[in-house]
Amino acid sequence: MKNILLFPLLIPFVTAVAALLTWNRRRLQRLISVCGAGALFAAAILLLSTVWRDGIQVMQIGNWPAPFGITLVADLFSAMMVAMAGLMGISVVIFSLESADIEHEAFGYHPLLHILLLGVCGSFVTGDLFNLYVWFEVMLIASFVLLALGGQRAQMEGAIKYVALNLIASTFFLSAIGILYGVAGTLNMADLARYLQSAPNTGLMTVLAMLFLMAFGIKSAIFPLFFWLPASYHTPPTEVSAIFAGLLTKVGVYSLIRVFTLLFIRDIGFTHGLILLLSGLTMVTGVLGAVAQNEFRRVLSFHIISQVGYMLLGLGLFTTAALAGSVFYIIHHIIVKTNLFLVSGVVRRLRGTLDLGHLGGLYHSAPVLALLFLIPALSLAGLPPLSGFWAKLALVRAALEVENYPIVVIALAVGLLTLLSMTKIWGKAFWGEPPAADAREMQLSSFSRLSLYLPMIILALLTVGIGLLAEPLYAMSLRAAEQLLNPAGYIDAVLGRTP
Amino acid sequence: METLLAFVIGGLYAAGLYMMVRRSIVRMVFGLALLGNAANLLIFTMGRLVRGRPPLIPEGAIAPPSPYADPLTQAMILTAIVIGFGIQAFALVLIKRVYETVGDDDVDEMRTTDTLEDT
Repeated sequence: MKNILLFPLLIPFVTAVAALLTWNRRRLQRLISVCGAGALFAAAILLLSTVWRDGIQVMQIGNWPAPFGITLVADLFSAMMVAMAGLMGISVVIFSLESADIEHEAFGYHPLLHILLLGVCGSFVTGDLFNLYVWFEVMLIASFVLLALGGQRAQMEGAIKYVALNLIASTFFLSAIGILYGVAGTLNMADLARYLQSAPNTGLMTVLAMLFLMAFGIKSAIFPLFFWLPASYHTPPTEVSAIFAGLLTKVGVYSLIRVFTLLFIRDIGFTHGLILLLSGLTMVTGVLGAVAQNEFRRVLSFHIISQVGYMLLGLGLFTTAALAGSVFYIIHHIIVKTNLFLVSGVVRRLRGTLDLGHLGGLYHSAPVLALLFLIPALSLAGLPPLSGFWAKLALVRAALEVENYPIVVIALAVGLLTLLSMTKIWGKAFWGEPPAADAREMQLSSFSRLSLYLPMIILALLTVGIGLLAEPLYAMSLRAAEQLLNPAGYIDAVLGRTP
Repeated sequence: METLLAFVIGGLYAAGLYMMVRRSIVRMVFGLALLGNAANLLIFTMGRLVRGRPPLIPEGAIAPPSPYADPLTQAMILTAIVIGFGIQAFALVLIKRVYETVGDDDVDEMRTTDTLEDT
């Protein structure tokens, strides 16, 4: 099955086109959207199992041999990320059947969501830097429109910052691609990796590495470059911010890991040392920013930043165990963070606000929702036996192995502060007195209950499941990390074994 | 020629970044356009500037006789220009909508959601 790599691209594309064609027929469009997301998830799982069984999958479009043609390639890390994109796609689509309002759907929410998924999946499976840029732009333009759709003042203010900073990142990325092409004469990642192994390690290489760090750093919201994220993620409708929170920054992290395990590995002391430093600063600033917030989704947005720090921690340490920890952390984080944003959507639907000062007593009126918040929240903070505990354990143990104690202290302290702001949300929104009598609670019909709660329950069960049975996922992450740290396998798979 | 273009590109980057740090969102979009053009020219220059020598491969050879201008970079720029065009068109519509909604083109006025008080 050579074409297996095409499905994660074709399915969202076809779904988006079909959803565009049924623009005025809302029911049909929703049906297509759900089916498309389900098919994408199935295809992603198929890809993951194939990669797990047979190793790295490569496809040369039109049979042009690499490095001349367009290459699609999925190693285990890519396949895991595609699977997560599929899972988030189906969860958010089911959730949005109830949560999306009619105007939002009428202006093209469903087609845009699938174009976003197309861009995300494309970024994960491409084997070429210029194509990565193109997929990034596909993803960005869809996210721009999704963010601005609805046209409320808050959304407009968020959108302008998000658009400006992400376009600067794209410019950096494009400039870096131009210079790298001028130096190496190729943009196929495997070919580049082979070239850079033997090329003289000049200052220009370090400059290029920094340009890529800058470009992907803005997209993944690392320490000095994260300001667009908390300014925009709490503004759009919930289903949109849930998919953003789950997937978009992770595409940046994925690109960072890909580029800094495959291409720029000559001067590890400098580049990866810098990444480690930035990861520590990202964790601390993110979590401290969250403590100061008083709005549900803004707290969660700042936590995305601090969690991105953990993901980079493994890349900065650059050992197999550490990278495995990073991969594990990304998977855990996508599930947990999307789930928390979905919970915030239900809270807003019930109470009409997300301001923690005006919430309270939800534990009394919606005990299931409270439980569904508690599971991902405690997992985010890293309490056993949930998925976040194993993710943090893997990273901390890897840091202890290389005897980097300062970063261990930071990681543990940030975990504690995460728990603090999760208990703050818990205490203010779920415990406490319900607000004054004028705050009435929305009643949900049984269909809306199913559509809203089903994705959250599945994601929460996954969190618990990973927590109780961490071994299979950790083994998978470990193998993904081994592949990442052994670029020869990737290069051979793409270029063929002949030198 | 390369030296001249290097200065042009540097000037474009500088002008673009200067425009982006202004508070007016209209200038911000101009800055984005300038930055995009600077990146495109950079790629163009990276493909070498050679006049009057089409990159044709003579029979029996495996590469065109050096020096030649790399046609691939020019193909990449075409893609980048098209993407940039789409993005700039979107940015223009966005700032129009922002201006209509906020009633101001000063980014300093666009932080109602960043304050701690829920408005």
